[in-house]
Amino acid sequence: MSTAPAEVDLPRSADKLSSDKPWVTIVWNDPVNLMSYVTYVFQHVFGYPKKKATKLMLDVHHKGKAVVAAGAREAMEHNVEVLHGYGLWATVNQDK
Amino acid sequence: MEPFRSVRGGGARAWLAAAEASLLRSLVGQIMSLVESAGVESVNPADDRASGQQDDLAGLEAMLHGPGADTIPEDPVLARLLPDGYRDDPEAAGEFRRYTEPALRSAKHAAAQEMLDTLPEVGGRIQLTQDQALSWLKALNDVRLALGVRLGVTEDFEEQWGRLKPDDPQWTAFEVYAWLGAVQESLVQALA
Repeated sequence: MSTAPAEVDLPRSADKLSSDKPWVTIVWNDPVNLMSYVTYVFQHVFGYPKKKATKLMLDVHHKGKAVVAAGAREAMEHNVEVLHGYGLWATVNQDK
Repeated sequence: MEPFRSVRGGGARAWLAAAEASLLRSLVGQIMSLVESAGVESVNPADDRASGQQDDLAGLEAMLHGPGADTIPEDPVLARLLPDGYRDDPEAAGEFRRYTEPALRSAKHAAAQEMLDTLPEVGGRIQLTQDQALSWLKALNDVRLALGVRLGVTEDFEEQWGRLKPDDPQWTAFEVYAWLGAVQESLVQALA
């Protein structure tokens, strides 16, 4: 993971890793989770249409991981917490 | 078993034999004991970050659930059920875990409990609301994750199973794992 650029005036000083780069939620491939289940979770948790949820699931399956959401760090941490509740293998990353 | 089918107005229904219900209850009960044993291994108050709104809320949650550990559990099954929230950043992963793991353990316990509450010991007809079905999906998935880790299941699960002789001690566990997958698949299809 990259660190924050060495700027003097970070806009959000409370967040030590703040930068202009958005944060992302990544879901990693897993040999156990059913493809249909992962698609269903993406639809249910993010409200994605089935087509988009299926594409993301296939990305996870074939490429090993997929970015399933992007935005503020707190929101991504919330996503990861929810996805862990469903047993998906998810992490927060700072987009590079 | 009669697989899950959708119910008009949401939810799902199925039929389970007594032996199947008993097996499910036993497996789900094991997950509950696993996630119950909250580890408080290394909570260092000096590590607490400066407070902000988000931290206050997380801190409140941590207080309600008790303090959490900041390192991934050693048991590979628990490590899979309660994975790190950050990769390649142990400090962020530790902080995330300290604030979220107790609630995640509670959530997994609650889903398992709801599954037990809606699963008669003698089996028979199972009728689930949408919310109850979601708990079943989560609890079934946790059981499959746990079994999958113990069995070292890979993407080539069918081949792994096929290489075993029926008298292999692991053969039955693979059979149970496959059956659980079929149960969960039918429930996903019923809800989709």
